[in-house]
Amino acid sequence: MYTFSSKLKTLSFILMAVGVLGIGYGFLTAPKDIQDVEKLLAAESHGGHGEAKHEASTTAESEHESDATHNLGSEEKNVEGSTAVVTPTGDSSKVDTAKVVEDVQIEPVVKKEGHVVSEEADHTEHLNHVLHQLQNKPWSALYVACIFFMLVSLGVLVFYAIQQVAQAGWSPVLFRVMQGITAYLPVGSVIFFIVLLLSGFHLNHLFIWLDPEVVASDKLIANKAGYLNFPFWIIRAAIFLIGWNLYRYYSRKNCLAQDESNDNLNYKKNFKLSAMFLVFFIVSESIMSWDWIMSIDPHWFSTLFGWYVFASFFVSSITTIALVTLYLKAKGVLEHVNTSHIHDLAKFMFGFSIFWTYLWFSQYMLIWYANIPEEVTYYITRIELYNLPFFGAVVMNFVFPLLILINTDFKRITWVLVMAGVVILGGHYIDFFNMIMPGTVGDRWFIGISEIASVLFFLGLFIYVVFTAMTKVPLLAKRNPFIEESKHFHY
Amino acid sequence: MSNKVIYAIYNDDDILMDAVKKTRAAHHHIEEVFTPFPVHGLDKAMGIAPTRLAICAFLYGCVGISVATAMMNYIMIQDWPQDIGGKPSFSYIENMPAFVPIMFELTVFFAAHLMVITFYMRSKLWPFKEAENPDVRTTDDHFLMEVAVNDNEEELISFFQSTGAVEVKVIDKH
Repeated sequence: MYTFSSKLKTLSFILMAVGVLGIGYGFLTAPKDIQDVEKLLAAESHGGHGEAKHEASTTAESEHESDATHNLGSEEKNVEGSTAVVTPTGDSSKVDTAKVVEDVQIEPVVKKEGHVVSEEADHTEHLNHVLHQLQNKPWSALYVACIFFMLVSLGVLVFYAIQQVAQAGWSPVLFRVMQGITAYLPVGSVIFFIVLLLSGFHLNHLFIWLDPEVVASDKLIANKAGYLNFPFWIIRAAIFLIGWNLYRYYSRKNCLAQDESNDNLNYKKNFKLSAMFLVFFIVSESIMSWDWIMSIDPHWFSTLFGWYVFASFFVSSITTIALVTLYLKAKGVLEHVNTSHIHDLAKFMFGFSIFWTYLWFSQYMLIWYANIPEEVTYYITRIELYNLPFFGAVVMNFVFPLLILINTDFKRITWVLVMAGVVILGGHYIDFFNMIMPGTVGDRWFIGISEIASVLFFLGLFIYVVFTAMTKVPLLAKRNPFIEESKHFHY
Repeated sequence: MSNKVIYAIYNDDDILMDAVKKTRAAHHHIEEVFTPFPVHGLDKAMGIAPTRLAICAFLYGCVGISVATAMMNYIMIQDWPQDIGGKPSFSYIENMPAFVPIMFELTVFFAAHLMVITFYMRSKLWPFKEAENPDVRTTDDHFLMEVAVNDNEEELISFFQSTGAVEVKVIDKH
């Protein structure tokens, strides 16, 4: 039996405490209204490097604007400008009447007012836009870290299910480690679902299609309203999260029951359950990736996005299994795990890093080649405004693992694996950052206190939940039919 | 005398593996093992040095990616400049995404084919080559270990019989 070392427990508490403080700081320091934003922009443009940055931000601004309003005329643009003043937390019935009134009034206003007024309106619009981006920033930081850790534990669950279905002989000694990591899934799901609900109740602006104002002024989003609407979206989320958690619960229960049984009935049940889960998972995973990530840029879509997201969190999950296994092995509680098991996990880390790159490149190349404006905006935003994280993620997720993990001997050396694992996890956090941030904060991104604190908080929670779960049950699934093969696994 | 060898024949790969380990432990020199299919871990049990084929593969891959780059640059950029994806920049690096699949494929192509050819050459295999395995049953369901004899014929025969061999023969090799 493993006992949660007090050092690690203290560390997890410290991480959570620092995280909470940082997240709170991020929310408190976010600007409250456009006056704050004006001051902020003024301070920026007077600063040493401010000028260039401001210029860059206005270009980005116009780009984002054109992205948001798309093929609508200037008239609609003005509608958006004036309606954006309406507070996003206002209840929808009020907003609806306001919208109707404005629709009627806006045309004469546009025609009557001169150039000066429209410039002022532009400025206010810009301020509002920046305000929304800055108010989104702590939310986005929280969202990225929250979904990342939740998906990591989900990925571990999938890896575990694949081992069950494949009747793999090498991995049963790692089953309890995997089950321990998936213990974070219920906790992460609840937090994540709450964040989704808060978005639905307009406490933040992460999903612009949740805002009836935006839908009313945007034909592309309005056309998708049959799918992208709050009730349907939140019901889907509930079904997926509950489905994954049910599998986790019953699969773990069967696996524990197998320890004490005299036949393989529980094992067979798990086999069937895992097969059904994998079918459910691959469908729900695709839809999940559209719902929770792709819909942040609601004009853009990519048909392989589900696979791309899957590759990203799956390699992170395998890396997490490897790191946790190495830690427990170093503690001496996994006596049957030998270097061959570690080697196999490292091969998976290497292989899925390549798989991620393959999908990253496939998505990029097709869009780059076709060069269709509504598709390339996605990458232009990322390359121009997120250059370092965009290409940095490729270096961390592809070049580094490729160079360091291609060597057979390196796959067995603990410190090499830990180093590669930390880089891979960091790289895939940045990958999620790149998927989510451009649509929510635009050029206002920065990996600052909010972002780091969010990661620390969820990391602390993850460590606490995972290692607490490990102490509850023996770390060897002793009656698994393949356990002897797994103990003697030798590559 | 030294060209006398013992053929110990087994009918199970697990028994063979154990026998190989025992033989090594008893310091008899294993010349060769013939098996109908690759036996996992046999090379390590026999104490054969790790293969260097992987290093060759890496070098061949490097050749492949270089050939692809040079070829695409000549064909698509220099000899007959092409407008790729509506972006007539006529620069290799700016059109690189379009060439990545070819660079990847040729890397794999060169590595795979040259590695197989290297393997054949290293194993002295070529078309119409006469089979080297001393007993046809090793192509079906038997495993054969060939061990050198150094004036210890009787000792070896009893040793191999104790390791579970179904048949032990002493052969004069020419």
